[in-house]
Amino acid sequence: MNHHAFKLTLPILFGYIPLGMAFGVLFTTQLDYPWWIAPLMGLVIYAGAGQILAVSLLAANAGLVEVAVAMFVLNARHLFYGLSLLGQFRGAGWRKAYLIFGLTDETYSLLTSRPRSANREQEQHVDFRITAMNQGYWIVGCTLGAVLGKTVAFNSTGIEFALVALFIVLTIEQLKALGDSFPVWAGAAAAAFAMMLVPATHQLIAGIVLVTAVLLLHYRKYRTDTMAGDANRG
Amino acid sequence: MDESSYLAAFIAISALATFATRAVPFLFFEKHTEHPLVKHIGRFLPAAVMALLATVFLQRSADWQAQAPGADALIPALLVVAVHLWRRNALLSIAAGTAAYMAIQQSGIL
Repeated sequence: MNHHAFKLTLPILFGYIPLGMAFGVLFTTQLDYPWWIAPLMGLVIYAGAGQILAVSLLAANAGLVEVAVAMFVLNARHLFYGLSLLGQFRGAGWRKAYLIFGLTDETYSLLTSRPRSANREQEQHVDFRITAMNQGYWIVGCTLGAVLGKTVAFNSTGIEFALVALFIVLTIEQLKALGDSFPVWAGAAAAAFAMMLVPATHQLIAGIVLVTAVLLLHYRKYRTDTMAGDANRG
Repeated sequence: MDESSYLAAFIAISALATFATRAVPFLFFEKHTEHPLVKHIGRFLPAAVMALLATVFLQRSADWQAQAPGADALIPALLVVAVHLWRRNALLSIAAGTAAYMAIQQSGIL
């Protein structure tokens, strides 16, 4: 069973080690903190994009309210991930808190796509193992990056582009899963408006509020169209 | 606030804010899972947010004062898209784009 879970998490191993390293190198080259803070962040925060954003917030000495808002907004997509796992995590006891804590993009995609037996308790144990292995890879990556960042002569200028590349990849994945490009164009347009209208520090939250409003209008239209379609069929 | 208590508070707040985003559906939506509005937003918002983040951070990675404005980030971004459509391997796409961006930034070609 352990072997089975390990096999499932292999793509995450290959993804999290270099991404964790990118974070660790960024952390160590941009900030003047001890190296072990990087794996500590991987242990208690455990968010790829969030931790990379945290480096720039730390470098800018950002206010703590701004930090809370920025981290919450950047991870706001997770607000909806749990919706597909409400039933599967039910009754998982103490494990449930950790399963929720460890619900990154990658863990979410593994847990929602893997085949499941009817034995929910046993499946929750597998979910738990998968989640823990993924976080283990991430912490190893953070450690390697933070330790090697300063000792290896390696010009890391531009490594932060890994974050942009990650968002591009996730956009393509969302587009393929959804089969509808509307939200992607709406998101890009909301970003463009926010970048033109508000200062850099508020662009993410402004864009997300804007695009949520657009999706609410989209919902009304979508429902009207669906109902009209039903009426026509009826 | 001295530096180490700022760092401790920073990490604690980041951890709580991140955990909050993951815990909210389990705290508030257990009873509304089937509501069509919840399902609609849950279905479409992630794609919109990804596109928004990609756009904002791409714009910030680019040099718009260069001779070819923005090309230093747009070329690696297009490479990410091309490699991802070709192999659909997230790690490979991210590595290719990041390596191209690093090469362009460090050599100063553009």
